[in-house]
Amino acid sequence: MSEIPGDLKFLKSHEWARVEDNGLVRVGISDHAQSALGDLVYVELPEIGASVTAGTGAAVVESVKAASDIYSPVSGEVVEVNEILADKPETINEDAYGNGWIFAVRISNRDELNDLLDADAYAELIENEDH
Amino acid sequence: MTEKTVLNATHRALGARMVDFGGWDMPINYGSQIEEHHAVRREAGMFDVSHMTVVDLHGDQARAFLRHLLANNVDKLKVQGKALYSCMLNENGGVIDDLIVYFFDEAHFRLVVNAATRAKDLAWIEQQAKAFGVEVKERPEFAMIAVQGPSARDKVVGLLHDVDRDRIRKLGKFVAAAAQGPHGMPLFIARTGYTGEDGFEIIVPQEQAVALWEALAAAGVVPAGLGARDTLRLEAGMNLYGQDMDDDVSPWEANLAWTIALDEGRDFIGRKALEAQKAAGVKRQMIGLVLDDKGVLRHGQKVLTAAGDGEILSGSFAPTLNKAVAFARVPVGDLGDVRVDIRGKEVPVRVVKYPFVRDGKPCEGI
Repeated sequence: MSEIPGDLKFLKSHEWARVEDNGLVRVGISDHAQSALGDLVYVELPEIGASVTAGTGAAVVESVKAASDIYSPVSGEVVEVNEILADKPETINEDAYGNGWIFAVRISNRDELNDLLDADAYAELIENEDH
Repeated sequence: MTEKTVLNATHRALGARMVDFGGWDMPINYGSQIEEHHAVRREAGMFDVSHMTVVDLHGDQARAFLRHLLANNVDKLKVQGKALYSCMLNENGGVIDDLIVYFFDEAHFRLVVNAATRAKDLAWIEQQAKAFGVEVKERPEFAMIAVQGPSARDKVVGLLHDVDRDRIRKLGKFVAAAAQGPHGMPLFIARTGYTGEDGFEIIVPQEQAVALWEALAAAGVVPAGLGARDTLRLEAGMNLYGQDMDDDVSPWEANLAWTIALDEGRDFIGRKALEAQKAAGVKRQMIGLVLDDKGVLRHGQKVLTAAGDGEILSGSFAPTLNKAVAFARVPVGDLGDVRVDIRGKEVPVRVVKYPFVRDGKPCEGI
């Protein structure tokens, strides 16, 4: 299993959130999730300017076999989307925690971050899932 | 309870991602479905298809029984080893299963049927066989490995006993023969498959299946999961039971008219219903779709046409084409501009003749 970066927060549904220096929250899916989904072939990105709500669908990733909703870990406005994924969805398979990010949100309520799992709690979650 | 093939531990040792497939614990992929798909299109890949069921039919009336049971006509099978693809229909003309029948001799035929429909198939076959005094014998002691791809036949032939090589190399399409594999293992080799590539489907005694798998791997045949098998067969324009046809769909509606033999004087199960449907005009048709935009077509999505709504049957990203393709069942009539509802958005698609891929290359117009 790959290392889980310690600065990330997670949803139980395997999305990660990274709070950046400028206050934006960048969102992607975990390495565990990309591995479970398999080869990704399409990512439906949210619109820039769209408002998203914590715990509800904001994007869709499609592997060869299935489409999966990607929930936003936090509420706010989408201010960036990862255009690279339009042509290279496999970037998520290759670098889930880095270049494979999906969108970035200007968060409306920072308290929501406290509801997310930290890296250790997420590691424990997927450990238990595997058994 | 989930059933396991004799190769289950081999799949796990290779790091396969396992899924439940019709009650069987089967490998969906060994890392990358797309790489496995390409391996079959470009070189050779192998699939564990031991979950499929081998059924031997014995009895003097075996041929007469199959004339009655199947929509295609077994009288096309004249030479030992020859195989035939057919639907097995219910009285309403719906498809109970699609299968391959092999001819050994007048008192011995072999069927290979789908895994997910095994119990239903056996009950139906046994019920129908009684009147003909035909013995229906399931052969669970066999495993089955499909080796597919442009170099599949060479790689298999290289593993055979010297005396068998020429004969098996010359085996015609849809013909099977016995041969000796590594360590003298008895193989039943059929030049059939489900990927649109050349290759063999090999029936082997269970206790020798792992050795055959390993010998094939050593010869450079890449293990491929059922995920790749699905995208390969979709590209090749082949139906999947349960998705593209079922008990409520007739062969007319599943683009399988070519498998129906309406020969004089043969009263097969479902014939009356098929003839009535044809006389009244078949209401639904199966078409091929290509999505040129980004996105993926999926089973169950709504298809909008000028003739009325239909739905996607098998649909997937096609790795050879690098875009999504699908089969759809839609009303018969002028379809106009066809669109698919993908998560609430109507996306235009092109109606095409399939197969989508043949001999490893996109077909014209795809």
